Amino acid sequence: MSEFLQFLFSGVTVGAVYALVALGFTIIYNASDVVNFAQGEFVMLGGMSTVFLYEAGIPLFPAAVLAIILTSIVGVALNKLAIEPARGASVVSLIIITIGASIFLRGMAQIVFDKQIHRFPAFSGEQPFVVGGATILPQSLWIIFGALAIFGALYFFFTKTLTGKAVLATANNRDAAKLMGINTNFIMTLSFAMSAGIGAIAGVLVTPMTLTSYDVGIALALKGFAAAMLGGMGRPLGALVGGLAIGMIEAMTAGYISSEYKDAATFIVILAVLFIMPNGIFGRSAIDRV
Amino acid sequence: MNSISTKYATLIAMVAVIVIAPMFFPSSFYYRIGALIFINGLAVMGLVVLIGYAGQVSLGHAGFVGIGAYAAALGPIYLGLPPVLGIVLGALISGSLAWLIGRPILRLRGHYLAVATLGVGILIYMVLNNEAQLTGGPDGMPVQAIGLKEFLKSIGYSVKGSVMWYWLAAIVLLVGAVIGLNLHDSPTGRALRSLHDSEIAARTVGIDVARYKLRAFVISAVYASVAGSQLALMNKFISPDVASFLHSVELVTMTVLGGASVIFGALVGATILTALPQVLTMFEDFEHVLLGLIMMLVMIFMRAGLVPSLIKLIRRLTK
Repeated sequence: MSEFLQFLFSGVTVGAVYALVALGFTIIYNASDVVNFAQGEFVMLGGMSTVFLYEAGIPLFPAAVLAIILTSIVGVALNKLAIEPARGASVVSLIIITIGASIFLRGMAQIVFDKQIHRFPAFSGEQPFVVGGATILPQSLWIIFGALAIFGALYFFFTKTLTGKAVLATANNRDAAKLMGINTNFIMTLSFAMSAGIGAIAGVLVTPMTLTSYDVGIALALKGFAAAMLGGMGRPLGALVGGLAIGMIEAMTAGYISSEYKDAATFIVILAVLFIMPNGIFGRSAIDRV
Repeated sequence: MNSISTKYATLIAMVAVIVIAPMFFPSSFYYRIGALIFINGLAVMGLVVLIGYAGQVSLGHAGFVGIGAYAAALGPIYLGLPPVLGIVLGALISGSLAWLIGRPILRLRGHYLAVATLGVGILIYMVLNNEAQLTGGPDGMPVQAIGLKEFLKSIGYSVKGSVMWYWLAAIVLLVGAVIGLNLHDSPTGRALRSLHDSEIAARTVGIDVARYKLRAFVISAVYASVAGSQLALMNKFISPDVASFLHSVELVTMTVLGGASVIFGALVGATILTALPQVLTMFEDFEHVLLGLIMMLVMIFMRAGLVPSLIKLIRRLTK
């Protein structure tokens, strides 16, 4: 039982990170129909900027806030310089653009930062709690509750604020939203800033546990993308469920079957789900207009 | 320009490039790069059929490259096949696998198709990477030579391995181009292009959409597999990296960069992305930055890809 609990803790922790990355995918997808493969680079930028600001002598908390703001600016720049000029391009072209952006950002990180592996201290020490015979690090709790807090804040934003409702309206129908007087360009910019910021927060939360370097983004982008698709693209709840599901599958496969094939189990489950539900778990079926 | 002249224009241009390029090669190293370009170009041609003709995306085609490569490596060891037949074995396995998984996968659209093909590619990569007792794991494994060089020597021709592979890969590329070009105007090609424009419209005029998509998927898998086998046989060494996600992305980028709708674009896209890293090593640290920048700029300013955009430009200027 304590063994299962241990795997459960690690699954939820990893799953929370995937859920945050998937949420970033979802926000940008809703605003612009773009699947942003550079999403993982936001996580990397959040972690790496914090490391370097912290090492430059800025205390951890302001360094993290600054890093999140910087990453949001990168997100806005990505939208203005690469996504907006390519509006109306095909799915494949947009995938190539965002993959190009991710390679570009990785290259910049290599130059601006370095190629070493970095970390900064955990927020509340390294002394693990013992629960039912299993241990959990305080940083794990930061990650899990951090993710929950972000989902809660976004739920409030989307359902209770006018700006949040404007984002939802734009996601539903851009032209109709524009006709209702919503500044859809601003919504796009806001979405990229939010998505990059959430990615950066994930990076800040996870770095003390998993360390960071210029190339951590791609693996996270793949998992986050898979999580978003598993849940159903464009659904924030789907991102949460998809992310946690993939974290759990990975942890259980690594624990009970084979750690080498933990990623394989993830993709087998995704393929199986898509065979039965071609639009993900919470996705609506797409209707073509002729 | 009608389609028949497009076909011959493409072939003449390709033969010209293949024959003229070596005149500018300062060393045999360039033959190796050339062979690499042709091999990548072949895999990309398969993707032209899938992406350009049929409009279906795959982010896992490096998996089929990997199957081809390891079939050429393992066939001689475990089945006693001559290495050349390893190519056929790889093509058979890749084709059958694509046929088996294609039907459920190709029901998916857009990004869902992307993630499913991505998953298939990663699964193949993981098997190659983890079954170390069979494949040597991440360290890779040596591959038996095809023995053509020794044969040529025995009948009195002594050629460098890189030069021989340049011409071999060129011939295979041309065969691939002829098949791809013929396919374009065949009933299958027409069906694929019609379902690219609108699946519903294609279905309305009686095209079995699922069957034709599957056909394009199998064809592209076989192209990728043959490319992989050649790569293994040329390098006499193979590692799971050929099947990695990044390689899949590279192949798709080559396809779209050159112009996914035209066979000649495959050669252009493969040339740029294969030669570029060699050129960019001069800039060392800036390699990734420049590569990412080029990918974004071409896709923003030349959405149809280089070759179709240039053709359009030339036509406008000569009018």
